[in-house]
Amino acid sequence: MNNALIIGQYVPGDSLVHRLDPRTKITIIFFFVFIVFLANNVASYGILTVFALASMFTSKVPIRFIIKGLTPVWFLIIFTFILHLFVTREGTVIAEFWIFKIYSGGLIQGIAISFRFFLLILVTSLLTLTTTPIEITDAIEDMLHPLKRFKFPVHELALMMSISLRFIPTLLQETDKISRAQASRGVDFKTGPVKERIKAIVPLLVPLFVSAFKRAEELAMAMEARGYQGGEGRTKLRELKIERRDIFIFILFAFVIAGLFMARTYS
Amino acid sequence: MRKKLVEFRNVSFRYGDEGPWVLKNCSFEIYENEWVAIIGHNGSGKSTIAKLLNGLLFPQEGEIIIDGKQVNEASIWSIRKEVGMVFQNPDNQFVGATVQDDVAFGMENRGVPRDEMKKRITETLSAVRMQDYRLIEPHRLSGGQKQRVAIASVLAISPKVLILDEATAMLDPSGRKEIMDTVGSIQHLNGLSLITITHDLQEVVQADRVIVMNSGEIWKEALPREIFREKDALRKIGLDVPFVAILADELKQAGVNLQAAPLNHEELLEDLWTLHSKT
Repeated sequence: MNNALIIGQYVPGDSLVHRLDPRTKITIIFFFVFIVFLANNVASYGILTVFALASMFTSKVPIRFIIKGLTPVWFLIIFTFILHLFVTREGTVIAEFWIFKIYSGGLIQGIAISFRFFLLILVTSLLTLTTTPIEITDAIEDMLHPLKRFKFPVHELALMMSISLRFIPTLLQETDKISRAQASRGVDFKTGPVKERIKAIVPLLVPLFVSAFKRAEELAMAMEARGYQGGEGRTKLRELKIERRDIFIFILFAFVIAGLFMARTYS
Repeated sequence: MRKKLVEFRNVSFRYGDEGPWVLKNCSFEIYENEWVAIIGHNGSGKSTIAKLLNGLLFPQEGEIIIDGKQVNEASIWSIRKEVGMVFQNPDNQFVGATVQDDVAFGMENRGVPRDEMKKRITETLSAVRMQDYRLIEPHRLSGGQKQRVAIASVLAISPKVLILDEATAMLDPSGRKEIMDTVGSIQHLNGLSLITITHDLQEVVQADRVIVMNSGEIWKEALPREIFREKDALRKIGLDVPFVAILADELKQAGVNLQAAPLNHEELLEDLWTLHSKT
């Protein structure tokens, strides 16, 4: 069995970015997503780029992991670029072939938009690269806490998330086991027409679901036996703490925003 | 006078109102610092006893008293503080994302303060010799290690009664030995009453007393040694007699004059060499 199986794409480390409170990271990324759209000139893009690259290098996550994280979205970035390149009709025509005319405005627009996209993905993937899924769950539980007043089941939601995270590897191992068992009985998952291959999934899914339900039932019983009675009066082992470094990062980020607005206005 | 921790008074139970009786008029007592093994084949009602002890099920007739309190809807939360349970499947009772989160789960439910939790996690994990695995995720542990963590998480709430419901059934022989050794050492340290539920006669050897269940009734209550004498009757109710007991029996029939019914290899060897040196 694969012992090195990692859920999500967390890269263990001890950098400043790793040690930041997950709530700090989520809040900053939340605002970053907005301010990316405020950038409108080279200087403002420069500020955002410096911020993103600085966070990347502080995190000490090897570049290849970041590139790996970006692979699924390269297509989108390039697609955005091409779309803007051909569709925008501003500025002067800089190239012309067949029925297409490429305008200078389109080129600038294309670069700007796809670069925005790139920055967004870079920064958000840094969150998942430097934060364990369980920390993210804790942070979400804590940040959604005010919603409790509106009877929103915050604790239950967080528990569901953490239990699903805990069972993902277990169910993957089980899928592997069942697919081997079915393959040994002659089910062919790998060859044949697509229709046949989709049909072959059925003998894999049925036992998997049956066992997942059985697990759920047993887990519920075990939790009850261990005194689980909902979120009321519960304490937590894991604690989130805003440290001096978090405050420092917030202040730094405030300067980034201020710098961005200045770059917008004075150019 | 030893303190009576668990008492079953004429307990009967069935699933639903129409089903067959799973337990019929069962009465027994378990004292503090005692190890009782409950054995029986599948469907003999032994696992139902475990669930009744923890308030996961309630009896239709009779009453169950745990540490002076009757088990009912109102008392289950305080009963569950006294009675810890380890189930059969190591995976399906592991709630936490890591070993220490799992040990903390029971304490979190009871609102134990964080510092106290940290202290007890360290204590209980070293009691089951898993202290080096604090931050490991469950899928990187063996079945035996997961069961040891399950024992630690139960110990963390310092119960008075520890129930192992077929806790070794899904483990390989070395995992099984691991668990039985861990459990034995813990029981003596903490003065728990220990109830092990099993269908494997080999596991009753270390117990102080054995309750044999057959189709919902208590078939016999005796010392492990006495139980081993009744091989034919045990076989009749669907239990596998351990190899050593069969061997001792055959030896006796062949005219080897063994003293007592040996419980394990060591005792048989001891018997054989003392016998040999006498003749």
